[in-house]
Amino acid sequence: MQPQRRTLLQASMAVGTVALAAGAGLLSPRAVLAAWPKQAFEARKLPEALNALLGNAQASNSDQVTVKAPDIAENGAVVSVTVTTTLPNVESISVFVPVNAFPLAASYELSDVTDGFVTGRIKMAKTSDVIAVVKAGGKLYSAKKGVKVTLGGCGG
Amino acid sequence: MKNKMKIRAWMDKDKTMVKAIIFHPMETGMRKDKKTGKKIPAHFITEVNCVHNGKTVLKCLWGPGVSKNPFISFRFSGAKAGDTLKISWVDNKGNSGSKEAKISA
Repeated sequence: MQPQRRTLLQASMAVGTVALAAGAGLLSPRAVLAAWPKQAFEARKLPEALNALLGNAQASNSDQVTVKAPDIAENGAVVSVTVTTTLPNVESISVFVPVNAFPLAASYELSDVTDGFVTGRIKMAKTSDVIAVVKAGGKLYSAKKGVKVTLGGCGG
Repeated sequence: MKNKMKIRAWMDKDKTMVKAIIFHPMETGMRKDKKTGKKIPAHFITEVNCVHNGKTVLKCLWGPGVSKNPFISFRFSGAKAGDTLKISWVDNKGNSGSKEAKISA
């Protein structure tokens, strides 16, 4: 990327939109998290979403991250997903569904007293992996779990 | 529909377990009204803050991919029975809601 251009862009437009904040986020991922990361949520591809959210599209597989989700989801509109991690210094846990129109489903920012554990319910358009990305100590770690969806949960 | 939330928070040894449901339609903006054929506008919660003693213990950033009537569960340390946990949310239309719950033993 061209960091200078990004800075210029941000400086030249005083309007504090979320899109701009996300653009500036390429320089400092923390800044993105201050506002709702619109760019990440509107990204249509997984690497784009990852990059916009966490400033990095590379996550290494880790057995210290566990995704718990049903093997078969009869209703894709409600798929319960639990992410647990034993990694130290967890900053955030994000959940992605690559086949959804917008792969990023949810992102959770943890404080220093919060355990590496979060449960939520997400929508899945069709059978896919659910990918959890944990940011810990500035690095990204991921794990996935396949979920067979018999009835899609997006669109009508 | 508005402002409805259920929170349960309790002590599990030295940790606090939290479970919460926020009642919200979480429309993706891609669904069509079957009668009119028009798209139902997106309407979803974007941010949820869970606060204990002025400290945000969990901040959720959500997109339309989160299920209707979202559920969250998490665990944190540093609280004791009788403390208050406050959960507040805002959605993409600027609506918001919040609720406090006492942490039970």
